[in-house]
Amino acid sequence: MKKDIILCGVGGQGILSIATVIGEASTEAGLYLKQAEVHGMSQRGGDVQSNLRLSTDPIWSDLIPKGEADLIISMEPMEALRYLPYLSKQGTIVTSSKPFVNIPNYPEESELMAELDSMPSVVKLDIESVAKDAGNARGANMVLLGMAAPYLEILSVEQLRKAISVIFARKGEAVVEANLKAFDCGVAASKG
Amino acid sequence: MEKKLLLGDEAIALGAIHAGLSGVYAYPGTPSTEITEFIQTNPLAQERGIHSHWSTNEKTAMEAALGMSYAGKRALVCMKHVGMNVCADAFINSAITGVNGGLIVLAADDPSMHSSQNEQDSRFYGKFAMIPIFEPSNQQEAYDMMDKAFALSEELKEPVLMRIVTRLAHSRAAVEVKEPRQENAFSPATDNAHWVLLPGNAKRNYNDLIGKQQAMREASEASVFNKAETGSQESSIDGKKLGIIACGIGYNYVREAIGDSMNVLKVSQYPLPATAIKELADKSNELLVVEDGQPVVEEDVKALLGKDYTVKGRLTGNLPRTGELTPDSVGAALGKESSAAYGTAKNLAGRPPQLCQGCGHRDVYGALREIIDEYPDARVFGDIGCYTLGALPPFKALASCVDMGASITMAKGAADAGLRPAIAVIGDSTFTHSGMTGLLDAINENSSITVIISDNLTTGMTGGQDSAGTNKYEAICLGLGMNPDHLHVVTPLPKNIPAIAQLIRDEIAYEGVSVIIPRRECIQTAARHARERKLKS
Repeated sequence: MKKDIILCGVGGQGILSIATVIGEASTEAGLYLKQAEVHGMSQRGGDVQSNLRLSTDPIWSDLIPKGEADLIISMEPMEALRYLPYLSKQGTIVTSSKPFVNIPNYPEESELMAELDSMPSVVKLDIESVAKDAGNARGANMVLLGMAAPYLEILSVEQLRKAISVIFARKGEAVVEANLKAFDCGVAASKG
Repeated sequence: MEKKLLLGDEAIALGAIHAGLSGVYAYPGTPSTEITEFIQTNPLAQERGIHSHWSTNEKTAMEAALGMSYAGKRALVCMKHVGMNVCADAFINSAITGVNGGLIVLAADDPSMHSSQNEQDSRFYGKFAMIPIFEPSNQQEAYDMMDKAFALSEELKEPVLMRIVTRLAHSRAAVEVKEPRQENAFSPATDNAHWVLLPGNAKRNYNDLIGKQQAMREASEASVFNKAETGSQESSIDGKKLGIIACGIGYNYVREAIGDSMNVLKVSQYPLPATAIKELADKSNELLVVEDGQPVVEEDVKALLGKDYTVKGRLTGNLPRTGELTPDSVGAALGKESSAAYGTAKNLAGRPPQLCQGCGHRDVYGALREIIDEYPDARVFGDIGCYTLGALPPFKALASCVDMGASITMAKGAADAGLRPAIAVIGDSTFTHSGMTGLLDAINENSSITVIISDNLTTGMTGGQDSAGTNKYEAICLGLGMNPDHLHVVTPLPKNIPAIAQLIRDEIAYEGVSVIIPRRECIQTAARHARERKLKS
């Protein structure tokens, strides 16, 4: 079994934390993993993405070929669309529904949403509001990971929860609990 | 064996530490920065006191690493590809002196220019210097190669080049690690004739280097990193028996596309294993060279096999001439059908990187924008750093950005030709890297330029590493001979933009060198420092 995932968003939205949690869970589960990140200039308010490949068998390429991503997990709706050529025909998009507008030529929101909705498998949620309601305004990325969890298949919800505990442990118990709560809200809002 | 999830850069760093490294020397540069950062925080490196302080530029790094090698220790010098240009003098000549302790020069190339101004291929430098080159295909190999490369360096008494690309540097995978080796004993070189490159000595050393070429080729032919694989099926495309030469990470894309079906020669150590290439050529009707970067191997293989043998690659258009390899471009060259189901989305706009909100560079450009609007002939010569983003909207302030330090010297040359006002914008770290010498030229001729050293107290673009000249900029400028009346320090804040603009106006009117230092800490490092203080208290 293998899962090819594109994680994306805008620099500073915390996609690398999502990648780190999935990476920890995969390592713990004994899966093969490759995770190509973007560092450097693109961090500053520009588009960022990470190619994440999980498999029970060895993985060759660090990059996902076009048309082979099982999942696009995006912190921002337009950024989800940026990677459409990489999505497989049966693939799913899990995305925040709230545009992050830091450019003058951001597309018309209703048309953007219509294009997203025209895709066969899309899960959208205002993850920032959910995170705020859960008392963890900075936990939107963990809400998103929770939403994506049921689609990951190669990793269980429990394995991901454990990884969150490990990754955030050095920041203290309160941070771990807040992130788990955000994650659980995401899971509940997803297909469950 | 223990397994660790590591970036390619981190695998190199840990591989070096475990191979008995005594010092890393580097100037930050994407995608190489994380190697040195890893060593700076690694517990074993700290326990052993491995040198890991940042260098002022790649040339000082290369020379210091050579000095550590001279003393008998294993040394690593890391840089992004364009850093090779900065250290080229020391690098090429280190092959003439040879080394004492093992010396690895690591160049991180950036095909596709994710964060660079060109996509030069460092393998040319390895060939130029006539030394072995290692090019790992994955994170495990990157780790394993460090010990082998140090050992080869010590066996041949020559530096070796390790070449990686962005996709390996910044991709994570599990790596099996070994027991660490001890550091080398302190044993400085004694053969002065080898290290003093007077012509008489250099001629002898150069002949020695040429004499070692055969041993380098034999090391490649026998290398565990070079491997001839026989395909599980008849290896052919369009009825022709195809052989594939796959270099570095190109090998992964080949295996991704066609599995183990075709005859492949994996190449991760140079000089090219000529015997293995000829054997593959004999089994095939034609060869495809899959290499990331420029067509270095493609040209060499063509030369090796003669004009009648068909060699395909980037020069023949089978693979794109520019940009990094992808599983898609390699798949297409191997006849694999793309499974792409969707085209580019309709509702999509580019989202270029931007200066952070609240960044001091923004206020500098706020002032400069006023000047540019007032003086239609003004040109602002830019430099390498976050502040290069001042070229983009909303500032659109820069006339040029070429290489580290070129802002000051290009402004000087343009001023020499009569351009007024000629303004240079350079960051603090870039100034100490390569701007100081140009400022000295300008001061010596009292050129009519206005230099803005935008000081954010860090090397910002690569993530906030220490900047070599912090707290020394006024002293450096005065030491170079700056007239103190035309040296100013200001605080770049939105409320100060009018005053900064007025100061620039005043200094533009002065027919001589002016230096304005807007100084305010990078907001990213300021936030990090605030968090660290909070954790401590």
